[in-house]
Amino acid sequence: MEDLFDAMRNSIVEGEPEEAERLAREALTRGVDPMEAMSRGFLPGVNQVGEGFGCGDLFLPDLVRAGAAMKAAVRVLEPEMTRRGTAREVSGRVVLGTIKGDIHEIGKTLVGTLLTANGFEVYDLGVDVAPELFIQKAQEVGADLIGVSALLTTTMAGQRLVVEAADKAGLRPKVGVMVGGAPVTKEWAAEIGADGFSEDAAGAVALAKRLMDRA
Amino acid sequence: MSIQSISHPKLRLEVLSAEDVRRIHTATLDLIETVGVKMPSARAQEIVASHGGKVDVASGIVRIPGAVVEQALAKAPHGYTLAGRDPALDLPMDGQHCHLGTDGCGVEVIDPATGSRHRSTLADVRDAARVADSLDAIAFHWTPISAQDRPPESRSLHELLAIWSVSHKHVQTESIVTDREARVAVEMAAALAGGREALRRRPILSIMQCTLPPLAQDGGSLDAGLVAAEAGLPVGYMTMTSCASTGPATLAGTLTVGNAEVVSALALMQMAFPGAPVFYAAAQTAMDLRSGAYTGGGPEDFLFGAATNVLADFYNVPLSMGAFATGAKEPGWQSAVENALSSFMAVSTWSDMLLGAGMLHGSRILSYEMMLLDAEIWSILCAMSRGITVDDETLALEAIREVGPGGNFLAHRHTKKHMRELWRPTYFDRRPFSEWETKRDGAVSWANAKAREILATHNPERLAPAEREELGRMIAAVERS
Repeated sequence: MEDLFDAMRNSIVEGEPEEAERLAREALTRGVDPMEAMSRGFLPGVNQVGEGFGCGDLFLPDLVRAGAAMKAAVRVLEPEMTRRGTAREVSGRVVLGTIKGDIHEIGKTLVGTLLTANGFEVYDLGVDVAPELFIQKAQEVGADLIGVSALLTTTMAGQRLVVEAADKAGLRPKVGVMVGGAPVTKEWAAEIGADGFSEDAAGAVALAKRLMDRA
Repeated sequence: MSIQSISHPKLRLEVLSAEDVRRIHTATLDLIETVGVKMPSARAQEIVASHGGKVDVASGIVRIPGAVVEQALAKAPHGYTLAGRDPALDLPMDGQHCHLGTDGCGVEVIDPATGSRHRSTLADVRDAARVADSLDAIAFHWTPISAQDRPPESRSLHELLAIWSVSHKHVQTESIVTDREARVAVEMAAALAGGREALRRRPILSIMQCTLPPLAQDGGSLDAGLVAAEAGLPVGYMTMTSCASTGPATLAGTLTVGNAEVVSALALMQMAFPGAPVFYAAAQTAMDLRSGAYTGGGPEDFLFGAATNVLADFYNVPLSMGAFATGAKEPGWQSAVENALSSFMAVSTWSDMLLGAGMLHGSRILSYEMMLLDAEIWSILCAMSRGITVDDETLALEAIREVGPGGNFLAHRHTKKHMRELWRPTYFDRRPFSEWETKRDGAVSWANAKAREILATHNPERLAPAEREELGRMIAAVERS
């Protein structure tokens, strides 16, 4: 069994989603408690990658690959966890998207991947998302956080509309609104009354955790 | 008013061999034909389909046979002129000149009077254009910062008007990204140029669009480019592919992905309007491995800076190359290293246009001090590009004979004749140490003083009241509808 857990950890560290998925299935076939597969197999891998990134041995692509492997494992284990009534602990629910008029995807997707890898449940609405859709989705899934991305100076103004719509719908302060994207500054985030801003994906995870602690 | 561009540079650097270029080209055609490029524009898709390309309507991906791409590209003119509103400011795109422009499109400005940052406004666009207008090093304008106090739908047009108000130099924009804005921009340019035909003959405006790496285009950018190409304005597509994020981690792979984006867009322009002036544009980089950010400076960027013009030359079109635009947060060691090397590499392969003067933090923040210091780097490049002339006069044998062993050349007439050919600094500190020790000032503080002087004194009026009114009405019409 220790070999299996080792292999699970390794599949995350190496960032091999197919391997992680195969090991998750193997665990279920062998009757391993999915919570144990997570806590003794996959999660130590996530922690190892986090530490490696923290001390500069690993890089962003390592985090993204680990995130993809973790997602593949969770996808296999989750139904069994639900069946046993032992749903995993979720760090928070986040609705994410790139604002209306803007089709730049990569930054937002990166934030989603890292949030998922850190135990957040992420609802990614994609690109060109109208402000009201962020609100609808947040209400539908009971989101804790809304993340709004913009790359263009012309579309950035839409972030303000999301903050206003969240206020109007009575979602705040319970639901935090995070903004990001190349032209977004700390001053802009403050001006539109967003709850937080980050210049990069790793910072967005730290911000999300901070906002969850605040609640 | 004159422009100090580099003419017939003597530097030469081989960064890609002919065989390398052939392999990148073959791989590029393969990608465009088999993987395809996303072109989410009905107009673009129709054009591609009518020229034998395959369109997948659901995904918006077009696949174009390599031969069709090559035939289309062959129709692009090899040279043309970016016109100034004053012909003395014309910029030949003939492969024998390098011209420096500003950059875009930032969101903040550092006020030279206070040193504090603020969100950019239309007044800043005008100020930046005044400073750029005053500098011989700057050959053409971009909109360096966004007029964030104007509505998004007409912002790019206000910016154009602000630049034209204070400068006769050529303007190239990257912020006109819809069919609508492009139509009005053409109308505005035509009004200044003396009609549509005059504008076609002497395009005072060129339009640059960004691609959406990997292998995609923005629909509005395609539509806007087509409007400009139809009017005869030079149109370029810029790839900003980033190693390890929007492109492969390897430089050749990232060059190829970006090449496919640019080549497919330029081919589209030629399919629609054969012979329309087009240009290649690029500012590739490598992702910062820690943060994922666009770095805007580093050895990979410098290599891309040299390599891209080799590709543009292969397609026989001019290149607008991202250079300068340091990732540094203030003028200093990093900005000097990055901006010197990036511009040197682009010049070493004779890139037609270099962008980036005056920006910090990866083109996000405008700094007037940086613009002046970049202009000084440019003057070094101009001097280096002249190379070393070897002839009877420069060998100076006669003077050497006359001075002889142990003498000096200080008072020789040959020295008087040629000494002004030697480069002279504005911001290099060549003072005695004791003077520096007393004053403790230097390049940045001198550039700051100069910037404040320019802003206080260089206030040209380059539009007649009637022109300003007419252009203003065109913008107002956009805002009313």
